[in-house]
Amino acid sequence: MSANVAAAAKAAPSPDDKSAISVRDMRKCFGDHEVLKGISLEAHKGDVISILGSSGSGKSTMLRCINLLETPDSGEVRVDGELIRMKQGRDGRQMPADIRQVERIRANLAMVFQSFNLWSHMTVLENLVAAPTHVLKRPRAECLEQAEALLKRVGIWERRNYYPPHMSGGQQQRAAIARALAMNPKVMLFDEPTSALDPELVGEVLRVMRSLAEEGRTMLVVTHEMSFARDVSSKVMFLHKGEVDSVGEPKEMFARPPTPQFKQFIANFNK
Amino acid sequence: MEFLNDFKDQVSTAYELLAAGWGVQLLWGIAWTLAVTVVSMLIGAMLGSLVAAAKLSHRGGLRFIGESYTTVFRGEPELLIIYLFYYGGTQVLTGVARSTGSIGSTDILNMPSFLGGVLAVGIISGAYQAEVFRGSFLAIHRGELEAARAYGMSAWLRFRLVIVPQVLRLAVPGLGNVWQLTIKDSALISVTGVAELMLTANKAARSTHHSLLFYTVAGILYLVMTSVSTPIFEKAERYTSRSFTRPK
Repeated sequence: MSANVAAAAKAAPSPDDKSAISVRDMRKCFGDHEVLKGISLEAHKGDVISILGSSGSGKSTMLRCINLLETPDSGEVRVDGELIRMKQGRDGRQMPADIRQVERIRANLAMVFQSFNLWSHMTVLENLVAAPTHVLKRPRAECLEQAEALLKRVGIWERRNYYPPHMSGGQQQRAAIARALAMNPKVMLFDEPTSALDPELVGEVLRVMRSLAEEGRTMLVVTHEMSFARDVSSKVMFLHKGEVDSVGEPKEMFARPPTPQFKQFIANFNK
Repeated sequence: MEFLNDFKDQVSTAYELLAAGWGVQLLWGIAWTLAVTVVSMLIGAMLGSLVAAAKLSHRGGLRFIGESYTTVFRGEPELLIIYLFYYGGTQVLTGVARSTGSIGSTDILNMPSFLGGVLAVGIISGAYQAEVFRGSFLAIHRGELEAARAYGMSAWLRFRLVIVPQVLRLAVPGLGNVWQLTIKDSALISVTGVAELMLTANKAARSTHHSLLFYTVAGILYLVMTSVSTPIFEKAERYTSRSFTRPK
């Protein structure tokens, strides 16, 4: 694990540059429906930002626009200070100017999905070494060693030679988190990581995420887990109808909801 | 009693005929049939994956080409396509050769019969394989492709590491069907003069006047080839889908 942290530390550019992700005025429409109406977000290194919002508020879309799984219609995304360059496509819509740049940046933004999305034809161990060896071109032996260490850390080393469909949802999601860690990412993006899990399996995944937060990783977490948002994250961002309704320090936000919408939102959860 | 004696005679005639050289010829016929089928399947796999990619493309022009390909080559009689490639090919080759002066103005440059045959059968096989590949691609869990993008894989890496292995897994049962179709189609290229099983059986039947015997033997041999391939494909399916079946 220490090698991992050291690698992450080495990758950091200069100490004065603290911005990990900066989003400015991001907009996105699906057809006539405007899902994101000008979202901005600042994530500093070490921030754990919980992104809350009712379904349809645009929180998953925002996350997916950051690593360009969806192409935002307008707005700027900077990762580690580097602007993702966009150009005008032939159909008039915005598209990435340099797909290589996008691929390089994606490799630094490991994503954990709601439905795990492990590669089902690969064993757990193969899932962990596929991208590091092929995308980052690191030596296979080194990747295997790191993969085993990560699987021990998330508590599923015994399952390293299993295929994902043979494991429980909680085990698959822990494997998916380990796959993300294997990239030594600068930022981890979590897209509702516990929403597809049976209630009794949520705890094991949240424990792993909490330990990642505690070791200072930069995380953007789209979630419905109020306890995680309140107790673990360093910042809470609440989206409402495609706009940032409120941002703040979690204890403060939950103790004194700054807007009626957020108050309503947490009231619904406490019912 | 008489009937039994008659049957004995038949069997000994059959044995004599097969031992006299027709047996070996039929074995060669099997070898050629398998060669035609395997080469046609390979040609079909290459064409089929290109056509499947065209049919799945975002570009309308490519989609049109792909659609036309599968519509035409699944909709026309196989025999017509074989004639078209063999005799049509001969006409084209002859025309080209005459105009360049490589052969005399009355000479004919034949389409090589094996080449013409496997091209025709391969193109037909490709139309069916394209449908299999397309269906398999659409059956891949979208999230896994998305994960490959999210982890920075280039289009080529996604193709090699995620799409190909999963398409192969999903395609095996469908390819088993195409293999059977292709074995049967291979019989049609007997019209071009490739000495595969059908042509050999034909020759034997005509020159010995034992049609019943030779067509029955050929029929049994085709059945053996198609039924032996079934467990082989089942085994391949078990192997490629091992991640989805519970370990013992």
